[in-house]
Amino acid sequence: MAKGIWIIVEQRNSQIRKVSLELLSQGRKIADETGEPLVAVILGHGIEGLATEVGTYGADKIIIIDDDKLSEYTTGSYTSVLNKVIREGEPQAVLLGNTALGKDLAPRLAHRLGVGLASDCTGMETDATSFLSFTRPIYSGKAFAHLTSNVRPILATIRPNAFPVAEPDASRKAEIVKETATIDANDLRAILKEVAIAASERPELTEASIIVSGGRGMKGQENFVLLEQLADVIGGAVGSSRAAVDAGWRELKFQVGQTGKTVAPTLYIACGISGAIQHLAGMGSAKFIVAINKDPEANIFTVADYGIVGDLFEIVPLLTEEFKKLVG
Amino acid sequence: MNIVVYMKQTFNTEAKIVLDSNGKIEAKGVNLIINPYDEYAIEEGIRLKEKFGGEVTVVSLGESNVQAAMRTAMAMGADKGILISDPALENTDEWARAEILAKALSTIPYDIILAGRIAIDDCAGQIAIRLAEVLNVPSVGSVVKLEVAGTQATVTREIDGGTALVEVSLPAVITTTKGLNDPRYPSVAGIMKSKKKKLDIVTLADLGFSAADIAPKMNVQKHSIPNARKAGQKITGEAAYVAQELGRLLREEAKIL
Repeated sequence: MAKGIWIIVEQRNSQIRKVSLELLSQGRKIADETGEPLVAVILGHGIEGLATEVGTYGADKIIIIDDDKLSEYTTGSYTSVLNKVIREGEPQAVLLGNTALGKDLAPRLAHRLGVGLASDCTGMETDATSFLSFTRPIYSGKAFAHLTSNVRPILATIRPNAFPVAEPDASRKAEIVKETATIDANDLRAILKEVAIAASERPELTEASIIVSGGRGMKGQENFVLLEQLADVIGGAVGSSRAAVDAGWRELKFQVGQTGKTVAPTLYIACGISGAIQHLAGMGSAKFIVAINKDPEANIFTVADYGIVGDLFEIVPLLTEEFKKLVG
Repeated sequence: MNIVVYMKQTFNTEAKIVLDSNGKIEAKGVNLIINPYDEYAIEEGIRLKEKFGGEVTVVSLGESNVQAAMRTAMAMGADKGILISDPALENTDEWARAEILAKALSTIPYDIILAGRIAIDDCAGQIAIRLAEVLNVPSVGSVVKLEVAGTQATVTREIDGGTALVEVSLPAVITTTKGLNDPRYPSVAGIMKSKKKKLDIVTLADLGFSAADIAPKMNVQKHSIPNARKAGQKITGEAAYVAQELGRLLREEAKIL
């Protein structure tokens, strides 16, 4: 009999990723609804200190696999190690964040386990017949597919920001189990040589709760500083439309849309973005959309909760001042 | 060098999605294109051939009309194609499709397998990585730079907030993303030549699969269309007022700030 809901906790430099806290929080709810235990799995090196924090977010049990060969993510080693503990523990479901790591690891792990995978889900509910059902955007958010599986374990990757992070409960105490990693030469055919993370005080685009984004209406690279100033006041990330990337004003990694990043922030402020269908596909699941555009006919206004027809070069600096007062 | 590109034909990015009377995604009247992420894979495959010699084989799964996308890949410079086409594919999941592809590749040599990191229709990004697992070769995903030297490749892969440099032994599966290259347009000569290139169409029976072999492990219960977002309120007036009012609404109504 399969047991438990397992969350693969992702950490970077011993910092737990926000999406993992979201999964623990939602996992706790499902565990309470179904009577299943919630199990967190942490892989890495020098990570034992993370167990306390993971415990406060609701894990009943924490499996720690600490090995210097796991200090950086590689597909082969993480797949092998997880395959082994999952086969031994026989969980009902295994959930990962749909991050760069999750996207790379989950398909390979699913195939080694011989199971299906629901990728990039934005919804997850308990299901009377199949234990869990998943909702995932397809056609870049223009439609949804609703999935279930009768094969165990059920694997799914969950999009960042799909679920809120619950308040940690310091009184919770989790059982801690240490497992050892067995990694062979076959797991090391792809070797990580170097990681380059651009130093940034701003949150990562796909994880940010607030995104300030600019398009063709920004008129040039130099003007994005206005959006950066606004974003920094409210702890946001800065995104852009494809037009701004194609013009060479912004790096590709900041592009939101069908051929860029798909984001689901609480607040998306679109500045000088016309709202092409491909852009809307990438940000249409934002909770609130603000649009600032001088063209009253711009398509972005058809999806904006708050629309401002006007000159962004005049309005954005005023917003920065106004938001500073509000949050300051 | 033997290069395989797994590619998919998808709806145009402009396509509006509606459901047909059976609740399935309506494909009628939709313009079809090569999945944009696969274009980078095709282009990179052709560049590898131009540098090292060899052949580019494009492989796809789907209906007979997928030949159009495959001929376009051939017009760009791919040498031959295998289309796995069978009505039974309609109900397969990513697990089954990876198994089917691996079987189709069992008779052809490969040093590198390229595929787009995700298809813009199902947005799952699973099949290429699963294929690597079936073939027991390593994989590196979301690659923006690829250098091959002998039986090693050095690749730069996109990760959240930056990049990772990975060394991988070949054969390997590499999934491609925007930034890797600038895919070429087919030339007129390329289009002419593409018509004579070999494109084999095989069925699941040809590959030795029965319906039971490929029963899905993940089931799609239904499709739905998201509720259209509605235009909300316009805030009008002097810029100073507009800024103040937006701040107030975000705080009091949206409860964000």
